[in-house]
Amino acid sequence: MTTFQIAATILFIGLVYFLIAQNSARQLQVSISTKLHSRHQYYGFFACLLAWLPAYALLIVMAIGDDIVFRSLSTSFIPDAVRTDADFNEIIAHAQIKNVVSGTNFGTQPDWVYEAAEAWQGWIATSATLTTFLCLSLAVLGGGWGYYKINPNFRSRNAVEKIIIALLAASSLIAILTTLGIVFSVVFESLRFFALVPVSEFLFGLTWNPQFEGAERAGSGQMGLSTYGSVPLFAGTMLISAVALTVAVPVGLFSAIYLSEYASDRTRGVVKPLMELLAGVPTVVYGFFAALTVAPFVRSMGVTLGLDVASESALAAGLVMGIMIIPFISSLSDDVITAVPQALREASYALGSTQNETIRQVVLPAALPGVVASVLLAVSRAVGETMIVVMAAGLAANLSMNPLDAVTTVTAQIVTILVGDQEFESAKTLSAFALALTLIVITLMLNFIALHVVNKYREQYD
Amino acid sequence: MIDTPKGLVSPTTATERVAASMAKRKKSERNFQLLGRSAIAVALAFLVVLFFSIFSKGLPGFFQYYVEIEVEIDREKLDPTGDLSLQSLYDGDARGVIRSALYAAVDAEGRKNKRAAGKLISAGAEQRLRELVYDDPSLMDTTQTLRFALDDDVDSFLRGFIKRETPENDRRISDKMVEYIDRLQSDGKIVYAFSDYLIFGSASRNPEMAGIYGAFIGSILTLSVCLVLAFPIGVATAIYLEEIAPKNRITEIIEININNLAAVPSVVFGILGLAVFIGIFGMPRSIPLIGGVVLALMTLPTIIISSRAAIRAVPPSVREAALGVGASQVQTIFHHVIPLAMPGMLTGTIIGMAQALGETAPLLMIGMVAFIVDVPGGVTDPGTVLPVQIFMWADFAERMFVQKTSAAIIVLLAFLITMNAAAIIVRKKLERRW
Repeated sequence: MTTFQIAATILFIGLVYFLIAQNSARQLQVSISTKLHSRHQYYGFFACLLAWLPAYALLIVMAIGDDIVFRSLSTSFIPDAVRTDADFNEIIAHAQIKNVVSGTNFGTQPDWVYEAAEAWQGWIATSATLTTFLCLSLAVLGGGWGYYKINPNFRSRNAVEKIIIALLAASSLIAILTTLGIVFSVVFESLRFFALVPVSEFLFGLTWNPQFEGAERAGSGQMGLSTYGSVPLFAGTMLISAVALTVAVPVGLFSAIYLSEYASDRTRGVVKPLMELLAGVPTVVYGFFAALTVAPFVRSMGVTLGLDVASESALAAGLVMGIMIIPFISSLSDDVITAVPQALREASYALGSTQNETIRQVVLPAALPGVVASVLLAVSRAVGETMIVVMAAGLAANLSMNPLDAVTTVTAQIVTILVGDQEFESAKTLSAFALALTLIVITLMLNFIALHVVNKYREQYD
Repeated sequence: MIDTPKGLVSPTTATERVAASMAKRKKSERNFQLLGRSAIAVALAFLVVLFFSIFSKGLPGFFQYYVEIEVEIDREKLDPTGDLSLQSLYDGDARGVIRSALYAAVDAEGRKNKRAAGKLISAGAEQRLRELVYDDPSLMDTTQTLRFALDDDVDSFLRGFIKRETPENDRRISDKMVEYIDRLQSDGKIVYAFSDYLIFGSASRNPEMAGIYGAFIGSILTLSVCLVLAFPIGVATAIYLEEIAPKNRITEIIEININNLAAVPSVVFGILGLAVFIGIFGMPRSIPLIGGVVLALMTLPTIIISSRAAIRAVPPSVREAALGVGASQVQTIFHHVIPLAMPGMLTGTIIGMAQALGETAPLLMIGMVAFIVDVPGGVTDPGTVLPVQIFMWADFAERMFVQKTSAAIIVLLAFLITMNAAAIIVRKKLERRW
């Protein structure tokens, strides 16, 4: 049976147990006129949960784990002569075997690959039978045990509630597992990368040239040597983010001020959803807009002014990214400005200030921590934004602070390196993980600072 | 009498000074308001430009040029084996049947002219003819007026993107083809109609045949996986953290974790999927199942945070009343708190799903960017999704892909706006204020 069929069968077994157990609990209540501890449904739930949970847990383990086991088993098929070879790479060997197994092999492989593949196919069959048998019998046994436990003194409600609370607690651990998954997947590969490339070169090197195919032809290769200095990438990220913030901060902040302090309810009701519409547009749409509309426009403007503008300029990408983050700044700032107590404004008016003096000298200083935090969050957004830069910023790793030049960013490089077929274990592939690690560290630091600013400098007025 | 501090002035002077400064202050007030108004104007202008640029390019993308020609459906040529099987139809000469109809329509004589005429029509025409006779064998050996898509270069020419004035060597269609196009047009055989390929076609390198159907199904499959995982897990986590969890170190760590996850760039979740699901678990690339799992992990923080807010908004009196009549903690939660918090949870989930629908970067990482012609039939078949399809089309050079990309974007935006509107309606209709 396939995994889906097994899952469906387990579901069915559980439901059947629910009905049987519930019914027999009801019968029990009628026949012996003692009171059951819990209502009869709980006996049904109990049997049902016992049928489902262990069986599904096992099914998931088997479905995920079989491939890992097969891989380690297939290692024994690799002849020692191959294994001791200098070019030997275990991942490639496994890939060779797997390709034969799935029938996507083109060309001929050495004999041991075919032997391993044949054994692998045998394991798949065995594991399928084993999974079917184990999961279904576990479901039947678990449910049966739940059924067996039915008697007036069994506190099935308490048992069911304990299971439910355990399930709720377990799902809250998913968040931790995700974080651990992210950290481990990025950290381990990064450590492997730093074994090949020194940390100092990665952090302070001024040339980024992970030996793209044709890099020599394009003239950017340094005699075929790949260099992994990430400074140009971070400079490019900062440049594009800076352009984006130059657009987004004034527009977002002044919109927020106008909307919260001056605008009538009607204007606010119309303008606010429209601004939020900007936040709902997918980034790939912004990328398309940047590449197809804004970049040519910026270029032709530049040419009219007699400037030399790259066709994939940082200005175009940054401008569009700025449009994207306007709503973040405006809605977050709007919230903090609205949260400033009305009493402060009234006190200021009472002293004779005009409305804009009140806003500038009373409201904004009071809202400043929140505004700073919203700007920091916007920066972290801009740094982590991917699609716009992939589509509109290009891949030329120039170390430049001129927004008219083409630059590249950390995220754009990660995507270019990891999309499509990767070379196994090469420094180039691993470099993407190191970039991702630094990206995570930067965004988390920005968020941490934002949180800190809010908590430390927030004025408690009430 | 107390000493007059320095700078203190008499009330009269003060009033005069204030009056003198009023003009300046009022002016600065006006300027300030103007600044705010122009900021909003700039933001809205960006919005208008963005939508105008997408719609002006995209609306024509819903239509394309077709040619209507009289085709003699010759059974012997189309179905050499004579059993109407797909194999037989593929062995048959559907292309020849269409070509000869086309030559007749433009009176093409000679090899060179015939080649020019043949280039007018899309490569997908033969498949269309095969499907037509496969579905309705009674058409065999009749003469029908059939409608076939024109080649994308011809389409671009008719739209004026390829200029007639351009020298022949510099444009993608020859003078002879231009002559034939003019002839077909004056005969009224070229029609501009709704592009069925866009909606029902799958990925194709031929722009006139490319459509979003496969990507759309892929999006639905991916979103279903995402919803099935993210909604229960998100709601369960929110319930645990709000209602059950003891306030201790572990709970605090989980809360910090969730907030941090909300801040992690989406591309990093793709790296997680690549390293863990594909690397360690050995699952295949490009499948909606992994795409859905990755998007679920990405949307979890959104759902958890909004669900927690919804649960927190349920007044304690409801819980106390339930507990007071003897309900257990779990009964209170499931019978009273969750139903009351459900609108808020649903709103958060719909917004999270809208986010997931528009997300591209993490799916690129797990290989959903592959060129896949088949429509995925299940969550473990390779597939792609709408935003990734848009990303791929945006990279293609043919002019017609610009319209198709914009049209696909309009479809995507329509779905997103519908989802967000649904979230607003759910919130407005069902949410209770206490």
